[in-house]
Amino acid sequence: MSLLEIDNLSKRFGGVVAVDECSIAVPAGSITGLIGPNGSGKTTVFNMVTGFIPKDTGTVSFKSKPIDGLGPDRIYQLGIGRTFQLARIFPRLTALENMLVPVRRKGLRALFSRADWSDERVRAMEMLEFLDIAQVANTVGGALSYGQRKLLELGAVLMAEPELVLLDEPAGGVNPALLEKIGEHIRRLNSRGITFLVVEHNMSFVMNLCTEVVVLHRGRAIASGKPDSVRQEPAVLDAYLGA
Amino acid sequence: MPVLLELVGVRAGYGGGDILQGVDLNIDEGSLTCIVGPNGAGKSTVLRVISGLLRPSMGTVRFRGESLAGRSPRAILARGIVQVPQERSLFPTMSVWENVRLGAFSVRDRRLVERRLATVCEMFPIVAERRREPAASLSGGQQKLVEFARALMLEPALLILDEPSMGLDPKTRTLVFNTVKGMNQSGRTLLLVEQNARSGLGIASHGVVMESGRVRLEGPGIDVLNNPEVARLYLGATA
Repeated sequence: MSLLEIDNLSKRFGGVVAVDECSIAVPAGSITGLIGPNGSGKTTVFNMVTGFIPKDTGTVSFKSKPIDGLGPDRIYQLGIGRTFQLARIFPRLTALENMLVPVRRKGLRALFSRADWSDERVRAMEMLEFLDIAQVANTVGGALSYGQRKLLELGAVLMAEPELVLLDEPAGGVNPALLEKIGEHIRRLNSRGITFLVVEHNMSFVMNLCTEVVVLHRGRAIASGKPDSVRQEPAVLDAYLGA
Repeated sequence: MPVLLELVGVRAGYGGGDILQGVDLNIDEGSLTCIVGPNGAGKSTVLRVISGLLRPSMGTVRFRGESLAGRSPRAILARGIVQVPQERSLFPTMSVWENVRLGAFSVRDRRLVERRLATVCEMFPIVAERRREPAASLSGGQQKLVEFARALMLEPALLILDEPSMGLDPKTRTLVFNTVKGMNQSGRTLLLVEQNARSGLGIASHGVVMESGRVRLEGPGIDVLNNPEVARLYLGATA
């Protein structure tokens, strides 16, 4: 069964067709990779799914219910979390505070109340340690390096334990040794029932991690299936991987 | 090879303690140096110090033997040190053409500008193809190529690239690494920071591993790449 169903989705920016009648199914429990050349519409698909930009035509369904037209906050509450290509964090909150913002769906209000945060703090610190950024737990987000921000954002999204997580280039700017650990962590979360849709250009990461792969080219899904079969399709080699 | 740029005992940070804990580094004329290391090791901070965007609290930076202490980023740029930052840096609403021309804003000779423009268009066809379109309409990878083109408009003595391959698809990434290598082979000195460490070290004449604000290890790129300890700690098994 598909957890997320994207059907005939289209988006134009002026004269440019960014997404062109694109259909993608993300099976529940999968780690689905979304790959394709720069400019093929991957991030635009993410932005439409998560309500950051309106679609032109088509539908998006989550757990068989249409979600297009809903705002990002509503979609987040339904259980879809995401990261951004250029990490978005709160620059004036510390790394630890950044981790606590998404914890409860009630969000910010609880952060500034006297609610008991000890369990969440422990969980947040464990996550920061896992991502090798525990030493900056009390540093404000704005003072972190590019890669550290990226890791922090990933940690914060995972803290909310959404049902579906959209990751936009989790490997970009991340040290390869750490990347392997992140891959393991995604797999572990996946085995606990979280579904992932991952945009990524690091092919060894995608091929090792993903259970399904969808290839976008000029706004359309040109191939989909198991990683091993997709990477041998001539259209994919030609459009994306190179000979 | 004579030393083009030299860092001696450089310490620097952003107010909350020093990120760089005493960095010593030599960049030889004509070399291609690649710095790798964990996130937060201080790689980008080294680049910021060289470009004058961050003042070191201790230590010296010398370019062609001259200390850069107290020099503004603009004065450092005028000496031929050009940096392409990690984050996107094109002016989004300006056209591709205008962005690239801006790279030579300090060059008075118009014919020289036109000549260089023709050269970069040859290297990066996207610049000519999309010249009238706003930079924001290009994909991340395309924007990176336009940033390179803009940096080359000054014919820099030292070109600094902060993670040039980030966000690029495999074909474009190969093109970028080939381009970086090609620029070096035609005599340009380059310094790059790369998390795509295997590819970066693979084309580098000089490899540098940074950790916790220090240079932990350095040597010919290929030696660093094949060092088993480096592979285990920084390169990952497969990536």
